[in-house]
Amino acid sequence: MSFAPEIRRGEVTIRHLSKSFTLNGRPLPVLKDVNLHIRSGESLAIVGASGSGKTTLLRVMAGLDEADAGEVLIDGKAVRGVGAERAVIFQEPRLLPWLTVIDNVAFGLETRGVSREEAKTRARRYVQLVGLQQFENAYPRQLSGGMAQRVGIARALVVQPEILLLDEPLGALDAMTKISMQQELARIWRDEDVTTVLVTHDLEEAIYLADRILILPREKGGEPRLIEIDMPRPRDRSAREFVRHREELLNLFGLH
Amino acid sequence: MTLENVNPPLTTNFRLASAGRTGVTMAPRLRALIGPLLSRYGLVLSFLVLWQVSSSQGWVNPAVFPSLDVILAALWDGIASGALLDDIAISLQRSGIAFASAVAIGIPLGLFMGQVKAIEQALDPLLQFFRQTSALALYPVFILLLGLGETSKVFVIFWATLFPTLLSTIGGVKEVDTKLIEMARTYGAGRLTTFRRVVLPASVPAIFVGLRLSATTALLLLIAAEMIGANKGIGFQVMNAQYNFQIPLMFAAILLLALLGLAANAVLVLLQRRLCRWSQPSP
Ligand SMILES: Nc1ncnc2c1ncn2[C@@H]1O[C@H](COP(=O)(O)OP(=O)(O)OP(=O)(O)O)[C@@H](O)[C@H]1O
Ligand SMILES: [Mg+2]
Repeated sequence: MSFAPEIRRGEVTIRHLSKSFTLNGRPLPVLKDVNLHIRSGESLAIVGASGSGKTTLLRVMAGLDEADAGEVLIDGKAVRGVGAERAVIFQEPRLLPWLTVIDNVAFGLETRGVSREEAKTRARRYVQLVGLQQFENAYPRQLSGGMAQRVGIARALVVQPEILLLDEPLGALDAMTKISMQQELARIWRDEDVTTVLVTHDLEEAIYLADRILILPREKGGEPRLIEIDMPRPRDRSAREFVRHREELLNLFGLH
Repeated sequence: MTLENVNPPLTTNFRLASAGRTGVTMAPRLRALIGPLLSRYGLVLSFLVLWQVSSSQGWVNPAVFPSLDVILAALWDGIASGALLDDIAISLQRSGIAFASAVAIGIPLGLFMGQVKAIEQALDPLLQFFRQTSALALYPVFILLLGLGETSKVFVIFWATLFPTLLSTIGGVKEVDTKLIEMARTYGAGRLTTFRRVVLPASVPAIFVGLRLSATTALLLLIAAEMIGANKGIGFQVMNAQYNFQIPLMFAAILLLALLGLAANAVLVLLQRRLCRWSQPSP
C-alpha cells in the first residue's frame, strides 16, 4: 500500500492516539486509538458528551499534554510540545490583567522576539479586526466577557498560526453575544488562512462554523463519528439543511 | 394606582434628573467635597477634640495627658532646637537600613523560593519556626553575638522585618494563576520570559502587602530596640522623657513615631498605585 500524502501548511494527522489518566490509582482511559486527518484550512468541530475527552484531545494537539501512544503530525512532523505554528484559545480569555488590550494582543509576538514597536503595530490591526479599537488602552477588568474573549482571539490570530485550537471559546457567553461572536469567527476564518479545531458543547455552533464535525463517543470503546457539513456560507440557521444536521446530531446523542 | 404612576415614563425621569443637576448650588458641592473627608477622618478629629477639651477642662490630669497645643509646642521646640533632629536621624537610619536590607533580600529570595518547590518545601519549616520566635526574644542573642552597638539594633529590626516581605512574596509567587503560565507557554515563553512577564507582575500586589507589613514591623522593632540600651533615637526619647517626667516631650516623640509610620505607609501606597494601576478602579 502506498501512502504518500501531499503535505501542505496547517495539516494535522492524528495516528493511533491513546491517552489515559490515573484516577484513584486506577487508569482511566480517555482517548482510545483516535485516527483523524484534518485538511489544510479546514474547520473541524469536536463535539461529545462531557468527559468524552474533547479537551484532552485538543491539549495533546496543542502540545500541552502528552499522549501515551500514537502521534500527532503537523505538516508531517510529529508534535513535541508547543509550537509557533499552533495557537490556543481557551474557554477563559486568560488575559494578563496588568496589560492593556493592545499589549495583551502583542504578548504572543513579543515572547517570540518581535520588537515592541513592531508587535504593537501588528497587534493594532488585529484589535481592529475584532472591533475593539476604542478599547486599545483598556485593562481587562474594564471589558465585558465577550470583549475579553475577542482580545484572546486577536492575540491568537496576530501570531498568524497555521492551526487555531479552540476549547469552548464561547462557552461562557450569553446567547446573543455568542451568536454575534460566531458570525465574527465565521468572517475571520473566511479571511484568515488557518486550520481550526473547535471544541464545543453547542451543536448549532458546530454546524454553523465547521466543515466537518467529529463526534466523540459517549461510552468508551465506541467509534468516533464524522459528519460533513456541506452548506454555503454564511450559513442560515433556519435553512432546512441546517435543521436536518441538527436533528442528525441530536439523534446521534440519543436526544431525539 | 395605575401602572403609569408607578413607572413614570423614562423621559420625565431624565428631565427631572438633569433639572436637578443644572440647579447645583455651592452647598451640595461643598458637601460632596467634605462628606468623604468627614467620613474618613471624622473619628480622628473627634478624638483630637475630645483630647484637647478633656485636658484643658481638667477632666483628665493635664500632667499625664497634656493638651495638644502643649504637645505640639514640645515637638516644635525639640525640632527647632535641633535636639530631636539627632534622634529622628538615627532612628531613620536604623529602621531604613534594616528595612532596605530586608527588602533587598526578602523579595529576590521570596521570588526564588516561590518558584522552586523543592527549596520552598525544605526551607518552609525553618522559616515558620523563626517567624514564630519573637525577634525581641532573640534580641539578647543578637546582642551577645554582635555587641550592644548599632549592629545588633539594626539586625534585630532587619530580622523581624524580613519575614513579612519574604513570606508574602513566596505566597504571591505560589498563587500565580497557572492558567496564565500555561497561556504564556503556548506562546513560546521560556522560564525567564514567563517569570518576567507573568510571575513577577502577578506577584506585585502580594509583595506590597508584605512591604507594608514590614514597614510597620520595622518601626515597632525600632522602638523596642531603642528602649533597650540606646542613648539616642525616638524610642529612647519616649522612655527618657517619661523617666524625667517630661510628659509633653514623651507624647511629642510618640506623635513623631505615628507620623513616621503614616508617612512610610503613604509612600508605599503611592508606589503601589503607580505600579498596580491595572488593579485599581478607574478614577
Ligand atoms: N489532569 C487530569 N487528571 C486526571 N484525569 C483527567 C485530567 N484531565 C482530564 N481527566 C479526565 O479525562 C476525562 C476527559 O476529560 P476532558 O476534560 O478531556 O473532557 P471534555 O470532553 O473536555 O469534557 P467537558 O465537555 O466537560 O469539557 C474526564 O473523565 C476527566 O476526569
Ligand atoms: Mg473540556
